[in-house]
Amino acid sequence: MTLILKTENLNKVYRRGGLMGGKSISALNEVNITVESDKPVVIAVVGESGSGKTTLAKTLLRLETPTSGRAIVYDTVVAGSGATPSKRDFLGLVQPIFQNPFEAFSRYRPVDAYLHETARRVAGLDEAQADRAVDEALKNVGLNYDEIRGKYTGQFSGGELQRISVARALIPQPKLIIADEPVSMIDASRRMIIINLFKRLRDEAGRSFLYITHDLATAYYISDYVAVMNKGQVVEFGPARAVMSNPSHAYTRLLLDSIPTTKSRWRPRVSRAG
Amino acid sequence: MIRLNDLKISYRIGSRVIDAVDGVSLTIPEGCIVGIAGESGSGKSTLMKAIYGDIQAPMYISRGSIDYGFKGSDGKPVTTANIRDEWFKTISYVPQSSMNSLNPVIRIGKQFTDFPGTDRDKKRVLERATAFLGKLGLPAEVMTSYPHQLSGGMRQRVMIGLATFFQPGLIIADEPTTALDVVVQKEILMLLMELQEEMNNTILVVSHDMGVHYQVTHKMLIMYAGKVVEYGDTESVFADPQHAYTKMLIDSLPTIGDDSMRGVMASAAGAGGDRAFGVGTGLVEVKPNHFVSLANETAGVPA
Repeated sequence: MTLILKTENLNKVYRRGGLMGGKSISALNEVNITVESDKPVVIAVVGESGSGKTTLAKTLLRLETPTSGRAIVYDTVVAGSGATPSKRDFLGLVQPIFQNPFEAFSRYRPVDAYLHETARRVAGLDEAQADRAVDEALKNVGLNYDEIRGKYTGQFSGGELQRISVARALIPQPKLIIADEPVSMIDASRRMIIINLFKRLRDEAGRSFLYITHDLATAYYISDYVAVMNKGQVVEFGPARAVMSNPSHAYTRLLLDSIPTTKSRWRPRVSRAG
Repeated sequence: MIRLNDLKISYRIGSRVIDAVDGVSLTIPEGCIVGIAGESGSGKSTLMKAIYGDIQAPMYISRGSIDYGFKGSDGKPVTTANIRDEWFKTISYVPQSSMNSLNPVIRIGKQFTDFPGTDRDKKRVLERATAFLGKLGLPAEVMTSYPHQLSGGMRQRVMIGLATFFQPGLIIADEPTTALDVVVQKEILMLLMELQEEMNNTILVVSHDMGVHYQVTHKMLIMYAGKVVEYGDTESVFADPQHAYTKMLIDSLPTIGDDSMRGVMASAAGAGGDRAFGVGTGLVEVKPNHFVSLANETAGVPA
């Protein structure tokens, strides 16, 4: 068994207001998650805005320092006390994919420059190797380097650009990819392309994903584990199918009941017009 | 009632003309919620803008017309030429990401009294608005707050409050809940349905989420490549979709508890090389109140 992700009493407190009498907000409150598996997994983190999902992602990406506690990714302490890896080692282990691909890349720079830079700086490849790595990564997400080269963000659709973000994240061969709301800016009819891509990368390329979302339906479809967060706490954690088909916490049930399904209605709809 | 007569809307960009909406003819009856679905670029927003009467260069009506079967606040029939006078009187618009459309430096109360069509007596408007927002589950303090002091869900309620306060006969809502979480989304949608039942007005809702459409609408309008490919009673459209594109939309998202992945596979197949759905000219009534564009329908449909 490999220890894929473990958080130990992870806390993050944001302070607001002056030195005295300020208000503190607990964005992460004693978060304890342990995922051990022989195979790469997709771990979904679901909850409302303000539940702490993004703070958890930022902490694991070392964009925020936890107030206390620590986080371990593939046997390496990445956040909190004892976090030792250098920036380059860390970025070779964990890579991010952000919500809005149009904001993740600059409008004034061709997108393949970012892929190249990741290959040179993070993966430490030389020019020729970097070219091959970029080509390989783009092939992995179903794109062709020749069609990407020299183009700017405005020349792509949101879905294509998000696939390029995935390709960029793949270049340093990370073990864990943290995707914060990766499909919420993408057309509903195109979302499944990204979701299925994650699934294929897990099964074929051996990458694990931390999939942060408020879309429970895709979380159910793709995830092996799910953590339900509310007000900074993980209120329910376990195998995805078990948690979502038989939720034990009231908050999980509330989330599930709020999904607009096409199976049963909240309120009767009678077409009164002819 | 709104009738679209062979409506064609184009954009003129340089010497090129792009037809965003291409020959749409249909009738939207009064007193129902109509959902509009279709992917980006299918012409949904252009059609909504045209119905709202916000027609500005480079966009123009290149053929056909819109008949508004209702009278304006001055008693004259509403037409494309004078519809602007009805904005926020008998017709209102909830734009996309509307919770960010509130003026950030003006208190909510002032935003209610600032409307051109409002009663001159500001105090009376404020009292009525406070009572109205109370009905929408917002405390009286909201009236004296600035937008940034409210959560996204509260701001969205305020926007819906602003759009419905004047009891308009027609509301156009572009993705009214896209930026919200499922829990808040449900509250907002329930609120919209309650208000519509009370006022019995017409609401056009644009959304990507077929689940939202199923929950909220009485009628569905599916757009694809600038044309309406299917239009009918929601119950009938979901129970028995006629056009291949509609089927794909309904099947495209996974459902909790459904392990068959039938829908997911369908969408994966359609998503790769799409823009391949056949679109005919004009709608045919295949069932009572259920119209579909049938010509060449099987051509190029993904397997």
